[in-house]
Amino acid sequence: MNKTTVGITLIAGALALAGCGEQQKPAAPQASGIEIRIGHAGPTTGAIAHLGKDNENGAKLAIDEANEAGIKIGGQAAKFVFIGVDDQADPKTGTTVAQKLVDDKVSGVVGHLNSGVTIPASAIYNQAGIPMVSGSATNPKLTEQGFKNVFRVVGRDDQQGPAIASYLAAAKKPKLVAVIDDATAYGEGIANEVEKTLKAANIKVLPREKGTDKTTDWKAVLTKLRGRSPDAVFFGGMDATGGPLLKQGRELGMKAVFSFGDGACTDKMTELAGKAAEGLLCSQAGIPPQAASKKFLEAYKKKFNTDPILYAPFTYDAANLLIEAMKKADSAEPQKYLPELQKISGFTGATGPIAFDDKGDRKDAEITIFTMKGGKIEPIAVVKSGKTVPYEEFVKSMGGK
Amino acid sequence: MDTFLQQLINGLTAGSVYAVVALGYTMVYGIIQLINFAHGEVVMIGAMVAFTVINALAPSGLPPLAVVLIGTGCAVPVCMLVGYSMERLAYRPLRGAPRLAPLITAIGVSIILQHLALMIWSRNIMAFPQIIESRTYFIAGAAITTVQIAILGICVLLMGALALLVYRTPLGTAMRATAQNPQVAGLMGIDVNRVIAATFVIGAALGAVAGVLFGTYYGIAQYTMGSVLGLKAFSAAVLGGIGNIPGAMLGGVLLGLVEALGAGYIGDLTDLCQYGWLSGLIDACAGGGHFILFGSNYQDVFAFVVLILVLVIRPSGLLGERVGERA
Repeated sequence: MNKTTVGITLIAGALALAGCGEQQKPAAPQASGIEIRIGHAGPTTGAIAHLGKDNENGAKLAIDEANEAGIKIGGQAAKFVFIGVDDQADPKTGTTVAQKLVDDKVSGVVGHLNSGVTIPASAIYNQAGIPMVSGSATNPKLTEQGFKNVFRVVGRDDQQGPAIASYLAAAKKPKLVAVIDDATAYGEGIANEVEKTLKAANIKVLPREKGTDKTTDWKAVLTKLRGRSPDAVFFGGMDATGGPLLKQGRELGMKAVFSFGDGACTDKMTELAGKAAEGLLCSQAGIPPQAASKKFLEAYKKKFNTDPILYAPFTYDAANLLIEAMKKADSAEPQKYLPELQKISGFTGATGPIAFDDKGDRKDAEITIFTMKGGKIEPIAVVKSGKTVPYEEFVKSMGGK
Repeated sequence: MDTFLQQLINGLTAGSVYAVVALGYTMVYGIIQLINFAHGEVVMIGAMVAFTVINALAPSGLPPLAVVLIGTGCAVPVCMLVGYSMERLAYRPLRGAPRLAPLITAIGVSIILQHLALMIWSRNIMAFPQIIESRTYFIAGAAITTVQIAILGICVLLMGALALLVYRTPLGTAMRATAQNPQVAGLMGIDVNRVIAATFVIGAALGAVAGVLFGTYYGIAQYTMGSVLGLKAFSAAVLGGIGNIPGAMLGGVLLGLVEALGAGYIGDLTDLCQYGWLSGLIDACAGGGHFILFGSNYQDVFAFVVLILVLVIRPSGLLGERVGERA
């Protein structure tokens, strides 16, 4: 084949394709109605891509269901269009894709996944006046920026301290508790909340011990604590420091119950602390996906042929909240439906009833308490507005399996 | 009392690891008056290599001790190679240059090695697989684990072996001769370059073992672990008298003890509420409260306070610098 024939073939092919395009085009816009774009941002590549995809699936499911339901907004049939972007769990990329969503004229955004990415991105949505609902960012800062358009459907880190402390107090009835933190904003914050809650329950708390977020040698601290024989130890910090802490505590022969916040509430604790990790108590904001509503779990399984991993029920609710607010306002204009989103009531999602407080945080957000059993963290209770419900009962109340 | 004894045991274990790392600093300083700031990274690489091998072999069903030995057996040659390349590529070309040049090069090598490790092993923490059944024994209420006993034993062995090497073998004699005067040692038929390279390689081998011990003791390894450990070992070497081999051993053990006892008791000592006249002034003390000025998070500070005190009060260290012999 010489060059000329190649050229002709290519042109012919291009014409043929162009022809196809023209023939199909008129079909879509003919249908009367409006197109409403809803964005989702999360890391769909990189180390936590599986979690990003899980979040995306949750939002996508909500939008597909809304399209099937044939919702009318402003008297016109609404067609919801899903636009998913990848923030790579990177704050810089996060702001870039946030701008892209704004440029694409989305009416609302579900996301992002990481607090560190959501916080800078939220400023961009705020500037554009676009409502955003995160299903997984737990850092308190997100809703402390004074942005009226920022919401989250998951609990805050600072709601965890009181939850784990009240569970500890009720379930283990300790008389003396030692509280350690890693001198970071997160660790100190959660440790302070725990101490406050314990003291309010008339439990004695030893003077605070501190390490750093790089401490690997906790023996000096633990030896000192062992001398005072506390019944329980709470540590505010991450698994990288919590693992060695737990391991060394057991090596020193401490019998106390160890408890952690979500930073150290991972299966990795078994890897880091070995058998010493068995029986630890820890908390996570939100509820495990298995505890979400049965309806959601079945729909998710049917559509994606897999079970939700972590926050999918929350992003599903986040997308549904946006749609619900649009329905109530009868408009997809951000300025018009934002007030409806703020004062939403009577909404029950896959994760239970949802309403927002003035800051955009979820009222009565659930915190789940886990324990380490056979190398895996297992949910044992759900704390909601100060009340502790055993996990099985909670699942039953949600109509789950 | 059992608390005090426990802090002593903790301090001795950590201190003996510091001592082995400090030997690497002091040997190199003794022979070419270079503070090899990259030595901490060699220790880190030792731990990382060993962990990688041990993690790979853990499911194989080999006896745990064999797995750890194979891991160490892989880490030691790798670190020796790193130590040799470091000397050959970065320091030898600068022999005879002003002392500041190799010092800054050492800092550069340290940064390069750390980032190399970051690229190879990522920033995630590597956990030591739970293959060793660590048993705990109680002596007068103080707990000591089999791992701690092993660490103490291995460190004493290593220090003994090094002392034998330096004071009883031809290589050791050559090292000491080179330390005293490289030019004259060269005239006496000693291959000075080879002796210096050997010093680096031996120091790196010790560092590799120390890395494995440190990693096994705490159960984790990460690419940043070398910097603080290296600085502490350096402080230990200065405390004992840099360039002085028994000094490094003494300095390491003392530093470990100072750290453990310091971190264990500083919180109580600086609880201002126990001092009658002060407690009235502080609101937090009311009703049996506490106001702790320095908590145990100052643990890492002790090494550096010791370093400063030694440099101010006795710059040549407890046992004296070796450089004195050179004049």
